[in-house]
Amino acid sequence: MPSLKDLKNRIASVKSTRKITKAMQMVSAAKLRRAQEAAEAARPYAGRMDAVMAGLAGGMAGSDTAPRLLAGTGSDKVHLLVVMTGERGLCGAFNSSIVRMARARANELMAHGKTVKILTVGKKGREQLKRDFGNLFVGHHDLSEVKKMGYDVAQTIARDILTRFEHGEFDVAALFYNRFQSVISQIPTNRQVVPATFEADAGASALYDYEPSEEGILADLLPRGVATQVFTALLENGASEQGARMSAMDNATRNAGDMINRLTIQYNRSRQAAITKELIEIISGAEAL
Amino acid sequence: MADTMQFDLVTPERKLASAKVREVRIPGAGGDLTAMPDHAPLITTLRPGVLAVVAADGAASYAVTGGFAEVTGAGVSVLAERALPVGEVSLATIDALVSEAAANAASAPAERRDAAEKYAADMQALKATLGL
Repeated sequence: MPSLKDLKNRIASVKSTRKITKAMQMVSAAKLRRAQEAAEAARPYAGRMDAVMAGLAGGMAGSDTAPRLLAGTGSDKVHLLVVMTGERGLCGAFNSSIVRMARARANELMAHGKTVKILTVGKKGREQLKRDFGNLFVGHHDLSEVKKMGYDVAQTIARDILTRFEHGEFDVAALFYNRFQSVISQIPTNRQVVPATFEADAGASALYDYEPSEEGILADLLPRGVATQVFTALLENGASEQGARMSAMDNATRNAGDMINRLTIQYNRSRQAAITKELIEIISGAEAL
Repeated sequence: MADTMQFDLVTPERKLASAKVREVRIPGAGGDLTAMPDHAPLITTLRPGVLAVVAADGAASYAVTGGFAEVTGAGVSVLAERALPVGEVSLATIDALVSEAAANAASAPAERRDAAEKYAADMQALKATLGL
């Protein structure tokens, strides 16, 4: 049975924890709004890019001259998994759901006899994957210094991926990130970027004149497409992380509140018990006289 | 014939402009071109240059560094990698871009050397055009 003093300390410490979680929740809410706006603002570009490339790619399908970024290397032996996570914890299952998905995929690929390489973006994923797949790491991008998620960050990562592809380090690359659905729901997503895949359906491409040429444009656009997809993933991840942190901190605040209530009841009960005990002692002492 | 068309300028980070315009001068990779309403459908890549827009209520111009433009009879949408209204381009920004392009050209592998050098030269030309 903890003493009254212990209980009092305990209540005070849970109260200060609640203050911290409450503050973190509010900070996340503000950041979430900004992240959502950024993701929203990026959508027209990504959507347009996807549609144009899908149209072009549809026209090129099966052609021998298709760029390697579209047609692939002709094999699928080596897979590069780009695992994009956050830099910080305390955001519920945000990081671990991405890691879980990437781990499942890596195991599945290795079971089929493929070679797996892992490129990590964000510290948390690297830490969690290090024990099982540490020997598969080929690189890491640290985002802890990044204040504002800009397109140049995405370009750096995309350039890294493309350079590796040109050097023949892998055949297939996929991004792992959380797609933002709502504050309480983020969907771990696996999106293949090399060879390129498109969300829009091909069609109505034959209408256009192309300058310089279809191949020329496609060769120019595909690397940009990779950067755009990385950028989309980064922004979705950013919004998801804040959303996940917000709901995790909301839960934590509520739990702290419940705990304070429970502890206060316990505190009051033992205070009353102590008073009753003292009264009994005094009364029985008086009676004995 | 319609005398205005929809013009959209988007970058990866945001939508920079969206308006009804009369003509758009595009710095295409193969040379400048002007799109007016009911232009034949066209997709072209961009080189670094100045994108000029003429609307009923005035003109505007933007410095773009690359990307592509999609022209249809009903409008023009430009997807630029980086774009800024000409008035907001500072000497420091353009200098950074020029030196980045030059560094890129110097380190490019042989098969892409030409393209990278052309990009750097276009960037120099853009700086000269802006007259900063």
